[in-house]
Amino acid sequence: MSSAAPGAAPVSVPHLLAHNVARHGSKAAYREKEFGIWQSWTWAQAAEQIDALALGLLEMGAAPGDHIAISGRNRPALYWAMVAAQKLGCVPVPLYQEAAVEEIAYALEHSGARFAIAGDQEQVDKLTEARASLPGLERIIYLDGRGLRRYDHATLTSYADVQAMGRASGRRAEMQARTDARTYDDTCVMLYTSGTTGRPKGVVLSNRNVIETSKNSAIFDSLRAGDEVLAYLPMAWVGDFIFSVGQAMWTGFCVNCPESPDTMLTDLREIGPTYFFAPPRVFEGQLTTVMIRMEDAGRVKKWLFDHYMAVARRVGPALLDGRPVGLLDRLRYRIGDLLVYGPLKNTLGLSRVRVGYTAGEAIGPEIFDFYRSLGINLKQLYGQTEATVFITQQPDGQVRSDTVGVPSPGVELRIAENGEVFYRSAGTFVEYYKNPDSTASTKDADGWVATGDAGFIEEGSGHLRIIDRAKDVGRMADGAMFAPKYVENKLKFYPDILEAVVFGAGRASCVAFINIDLTAVGNWAERNNIAYSSYQELSQHPRVLDLVAGHVNAVNASVATDPMLAGCQIHRFLVLHKELDADDGEMTRSRKVRRAVVGDKFADLIAALYGGADQVYTETEVTYEDGRKGAIKATLAIRDAVVVTPARMAAE
Amino acid sequence: MKDQVEPHVTADGRRIGGVLMDLRGITLRFGGVEAIKNISFDIREGEIRAIIGPNGAGKSSMLNVISGFYHPQDGEVWFRGAKRPAMKPFQVARLGIARTFQNIALFDGMSVLDNIMTGRLTHMKTGLLSQMVWAGPAAREEAENRAVVERIIDFLEIQAIRKTPVGRLPYGLKKRVELARALAAEPKLLLLDEPMAGMNVEEKEDMSRFILDVNDEFGTTIALIEHDMGVVMDLSDRVVVMDYGRKIGDGTPAEIRANQEVIDAYLGVAHD
Repeated sequence: MSSAAPGAAPVSVPHLLAHNVARHGSKAAYREKEFGIWQSWTWAQAAEQIDALALGLLEMGAAPGDHIAISGRNRPALYWAMVAAQKLGCVPVPLYQEAAVEEIAYALEHSGARFAIAGDQEQVDKLTEARASLPGLERIIYLDGRGLRRYDHATLTSYADVQAMGRASGRRAEMQARTDARTYDDTCVMLYTSGTTGRPKGVVLSNRNVIETSKNSAIFDSLRAGDEVLAYLPMAWVGDFIFSVGQAMWTGFCVNCPESPDTMLTDLREIGPTYFFAPPRVFEGQLTTVMIRMEDAGRVKKWLFDHYMAVARRVGPALLDGRPVGLLDRLRYRIGDLLVYGPLKNTLGLSRVRVGYTAGEAIGPEIFDFYRSLGINLKQLYGQTEATVFITQQPDGQVRSDTVGVPSPGVELRIAENGEVFYRSAGTFVEYYKNPDSTASTKDADGWVATGDAGFIEEGSGHLRIIDRAKDVGRMADGAMFAPKYVENKLKFYPDILEAVVFGAGRASCVAFINIDLTAVGNWAERNNIAYSSYQELSQHPRVLDLVAGHVNAVNASVATDPMLAGCQIHRFLVLHKELDADDGEMTRSRKVRRAVVGDKFADLIAALYGGADQVYTETEVTYEDGRKGAIKATLAIRDAVVVTPARMAAE
Repeated sequence: MKDQVEPHVTADGRRIGGVLMDLRGITLRFGGVEAIKNISFDIREGEIRAIIGPNGAGKSSMLNVISGFYHPQDGEVWFRGAKRPAMKPFQVARLGIARTFQNIALFDGMSVLDNIMTGRLTHMKTGLLSQMVWAGPAAREEAENRAVVERIIDFLEIQAIRKTPVGRLPYGLKKRVELARALAAEPKLLLLDEPMAGMNVEEKEDMSRFILDVNDEFGTTIALIEHDMGVVMDLSDRVVVMDYGRKIGDGTPAEIRANQEVIDAYLGVAHD
């Protein structure tokens, strides 16, 4: 792929936009389903919209270096807002649309944003509440005016009005001069990390970070104009910024926005993306739905599905990796594709996927293999905001569920003595905004960044394997290595288990909290004639506990095979009476467990697990969606698990 | 007791216009039973008007008189400045009055989209023949109607169930679909018969917001019957209170709250 640069090399996103207008002006750049129809904008039309908004913002007084907060669901107009900000030398700061008011207030205050662009009434309400204590936020610009008619418009302006102001403006030359003044080392975007501990940090990424990374990763997977992506993950997340802005602008592919958050799966089917990214939970959810529907299918269909899925599991991954497969198996797979895989992929909206990625959490090997056996090129990558996403990724033909691949192009890797993974690349972030201490403790003078994850590079393949968060890796009382995430992931691979938290640092044995998955276990209960009236009741049903005990025992057996981690087997466990929830502070907004918070909050349960009782009574404070608080009371059963003694393993 | 309210703008910035519907001395009898006894009140353009009262007070009968389903023995119904003769319900619908029902009346086997499309019936002008052969004007008309319906689907946030058969939906969503169908007729006057009946708190909040938004965004005049006093007092501009077929109160929520006769009838409390 050539950068096809007429004149100078592009040094900012607006420059890339100008190139796309020149190269692909009449091709679709953005689509959004609205009023039941996919509306589309060509690159030329998008550029006109962006210019109008940028000029409007210029008229309203946006100055170079200003931060502009952007908050809402994925919509073309909000992506345009980011580029419009960049045209003026301002820094877009996308915020998580589900963030609570305090979180938004913190980001606004920390970034010193003077303007905020909001998707709808809900976002305007939160911004308005947040700005009560922040005189710095001068104006809120809203996209969807529904329900806002009666609001005080002294500080509210509609997106369309700003654009109208921009179209009437005569300051185009001034805007162009500001765009032209951008350099490769100017800030491109600032993203707040959700952070499993402490305050969120504002990660500053430069044009160099974003453009170099987009270029390298686009070449790695031969992304090109004509590819289609579905933009449905939070705009505040670095991955969405790279996929829907960085790579889209670099390659000129089309970004499609769903009609509403609830219609994502329908929209996925209608668009049929060629390049698709999803966290493991999306793939898990789809697979669970397929399996539940197959349970209810007729006998013939069920047999066809089971038979051909067995064929697919055997030969699908090999075909995908280009390894040799016998003629008969090829024929079988071809028939299976006609009868089962093709229609199934079509239903899932994954027929056209050429490159698919999953990251963020470990994915269960069964789930991973299921999609690969269907012929979907699903791969894993390992990254973080500070790296502008990419640290390692799996090349085509070298895909496995237990590694995260080889270093991405231009990335150097180093494993420290304690096992922590360090990297250095063109995507390495500039700094944490207004936080030199954290910057210094994360990135050293030579540009090496600590990931905070412990892992090792596999001999032979050169692939990186991640074990756990470095700070979570501890020692047990007898000095054996304690890697809770490793065990938790094994547990979470069972569809029945939504979350698991393992404790054991400094102790003689490990214990675990388990969260059941209401969809999977509820369906299982229905098929087994188990009646229940609430999540809590289902979670404590003796047969559910038996089910979970079976999974825990199987995980113990699997953990015991690794001599380094055999000590991490679970001795006792309980099933929690509530789902761990971000509203209660038990998880981050990106659904990662806050281990310390959970440990403190449920200290009584941990004490009981180590105490030897067979049940424990507890009261837990919960926060409802509207912010009110309540308490739930429960008596939880505690079970012993079967532990495989390493001694026996050694004897074998 | 006819209040002389001039057209005005409310404190929250909505325009209340002149009288849209005037009910004068309505009396409705079923055999010997007088369901409505000589009731008069008006509904002004752009307002949300509630009719409340205990069970059997005659609220639904009143709504049926407004919608043209019942013909009162005495009294006159004036709509947009003209006296309305006795009409069939479909003729009333053509005048621009749409309604929802206390017991949801949707076509269970049809999709949400098709159900809402039926609300456009009064706006279809092409004949049966041209619709059967799908001639140019009929196809064009369908596309226009679909565009109106899609705006309503977007407005009520039911995109995700567009193609779902109504029979499979939970109760709260069915109520929303019924509202969508009534809105599809682009009514001048929207009648809602217990829009929140049987809903939980969250569903009630959603529905209240939609009712307010409809009134605000489309300027639709709304007359509703509701049991939940809290909802009524929050939503309405003016309230009519009925008891045993009589009108015992008429005014703003604040006035109604202070009306001793209403308190007695509604709460069944005797006062000294």
